[in-house]
Amino acid sequence: MTATAPAPAPTPGKTTDERLLQTSLWRKLLARPELGAVMGAVAVFVFFSFAADSFLRPASLSTVLYAASTLGIMAVPVALLMIGGEFDLSAGVLVTSSALTSSMFSYQMTANVWVGVFVSLLVTLAIGVFNGFMLTRTKLPSFIVTLGTFLMLTGLNLGLTKLISGTVQTKSIADMQGFSSAEKVFASEISIGGVDFKITILWWLALVAVATWILLRTRWGNWIFAVGGNGDAARAVGVPVTKTRIGLYMAVAFGAWIAGQHLLFSFARVQSGEGVGNELIYIVAAVIGGCLITGGYGSAIGSAFGALIFGMVSKGIVFAEWNADWYKFFLGAMLLLATLLNHWVRKRAEATK
Amino acid sequence: MARVRTWVGIAMAAVLGASITGCSSTGGKRAEDARKAAQAQAQGQSAVNTPKWTFAMVTHSGDGDSFWDIVQSGAQQAANKDNINFLYAHDDQAQQQAQLVQSYIDKKVDGLVVTLAKPDAMKDVLANAKKAGIPVITVNSGSAESKEFGALSHIGQDETIAGEAVGDELNKRGRKKAVCVLHEQGNVGHEQRCAGAKKTFKGELQNLYVDGTNMPDVQAGIGAKLQADTGIDTVVTLGAPFADAAAKAKKDAGSDAEVDTFDLNSDVAQGLKDKTYGFAVDQQPYLQGYEAIDLLWLYRYNADVLGGGRPVLTGPQIITGKDADELLAYTDRGTR
Repeated sequence: MTATAPAPAPTPGKTTDERLLQTSLWRKLLARPELGAVMGAVAVFVFFSFAADSFLRPASLSTVLYAASTLGIMAVPVALLMIGGEFDLSAGVLVTSSALTSSMFSYQMTANVWVGVFVSLLVTLAIGVFNGFMLTRTKLPSFIVTLGTFLMLTGLNLGLTKLISGTVQTKSIADMQGFSSAEKVFASEISIGGVDFKITILWWLALVAVATWILLRTRWGNWIFAVGGNGDAARAVGVPVTKTRIGLYMAVAFGAWIAGQHLLFSFARVQSGEGVGNELIYIVAAVIGGCLITGGYGSAIGSAFGALIFGMVSKGIVFAEWNADWYKFFLGAMLLLATLLNHWVRKRAEATK
Repeated sequence: MARVRTWVGIAMAAVLGASITGCSSTGGKRAEDARKAAQAQAQGQSAVNTPKWTFAMVTHSGDGDSFWDIVQSGAQQAANKDNINFLYAHDDQAQQQAQLVQSYIDKKVDGLVVTLAKPDAMKDVLANAKKAGIPVITVNSGSAESKEFGALSHIGQDETIAGEAVGDELNKRGRKKAVCVLHEQGNVGHEQRCAGAKKTFKGELQNLYVDGTNMPDVQAGIGAKLQADTGIDTVVTLGAPFADAAAKAKKDAGSDAEVDTFDLNSDVAQGLKDKTYGFAVDQQPYLQGYEAIDLLWLYRYNADVLGGGRPVLTGPQIITGKDADELLAYTDRGTR
């Protein structure tokens, strides 16, 4: 099972290899996992353009993109992981853990902030390796393994912060060396035509580009699809299944590291209790973007559109002056609709082969 | 399909039958309507003819929080009176809250009311508000940072002072050993309350952490604590809904500890009246919402600023059984 549509059966009389057949552009589009999400994003955009007069202002769109990017940065690796057939329920609190590690290490060691950032990368990746290692070693479902990690991390975030800082939030590191340069990298704003755009949008786009390239143009991408489609079969044909799975968890950890550093450098302080519940939102963004919950199918671009839909709805409700109590309801409805649409599109794509 | 229809029919008939035969002479919707009629006297028309400004409020409340419901209704009341279009949004995650404030700045609202439970997260967006020329009033939390972030005034209760008031009251009541129940790990204001109480209380005070999103867990946690240490004579909860859980836990554990709480709701007022609870510390959330909107209106209309650069305090107000009677009517309609 790969993301490219298998070509139609060769017509008799032709001797060309079926894999070399040209498919029409329309059919290629139909077979893309992200088609449903793109259609959904366009629909939501048009809807809010009419529903809220302030939605189309450049400053408003910048806020929407920012909201989408903070989620999208995590939705990309989570989508890869889901294509690989696994879950990560610890992804939400891992972002907070990463920010806490970075901030507390710098503060307690009175080190240059960049040292903390680097240590945080190592620690976060180690947690990712732990997830992958536990999964491949114990053969337990990833749902259980990462649920355990999620609970442990939630406790560690609260417990260690209280133990080290004495309060439930970290001390401010805004006056430490290296803060301003790290802030430039993780939490600055870029002014384009008088409108400030957050740098997280760049990080997000870069991650989407890299992930898409890996999925569609490299060996590793094929491995991810193979592992998610059928792990045993993949192992039989020589795919390094264990390495691929651990690598995917490390990718999620890397995303959590970027998101966590952004959290830290935009606020200089981290609240230890946050991030719980976000892991489901990343999964929802990936699923709206066309990832199958069973693995083996999906795309990174799709997850970006899933995140964009999220950003547009969560902030669009504000621009439209609606009661925010309904936000979660819309989200749930959107998830079901998007998944049904994806399903229908996939059916059509398979029927037209 | 036919079978489904039959079942639906039976269910509908059952519901209809039940609602016709079983009327309640107390409580329910009818009693609420009577209360609403009393409340409507207060609502009514706007009392001013200033332009219809739009004011937005963004809080750090979680979903479905009764305290913030009261703040909101106070704000709504002031908005009705001052001819204001009032908007409200909330998120308990710092980053999301900041994004919501930014959305309202993009919308170019005429005034903002913001809570600073996580002050560092709000610093940048409040600077943006200043740049956009939008007046800001902070409420409930952030008295220390309000002025620095360029807000006109801060309205709320200083959590440390409120905690100290609790410690004093406990001394007055001759208490020896108390538990402070924190229902939200990571909430700085809660930590300050318990720390304040610890400071002035002459007896021993311990902190107990419970998961506030899970009431049975709260009850079990307090119950276990009371069973583990029978010397405890006071339980202080930090929110009205948790006082009830503490009272139940006390009954289960067979303890005779006094239950005291921060904040008020109709159950607490009733409990104060019938001596289930010792006292409540009120910070008057209705007033916080009401004053914030009213002060924004005053600023827009007359450039008035209240507080002289110091926080305007709405609490702590210690409420005991003898005040409860009067307050019951107000808690019932959801304004205290």
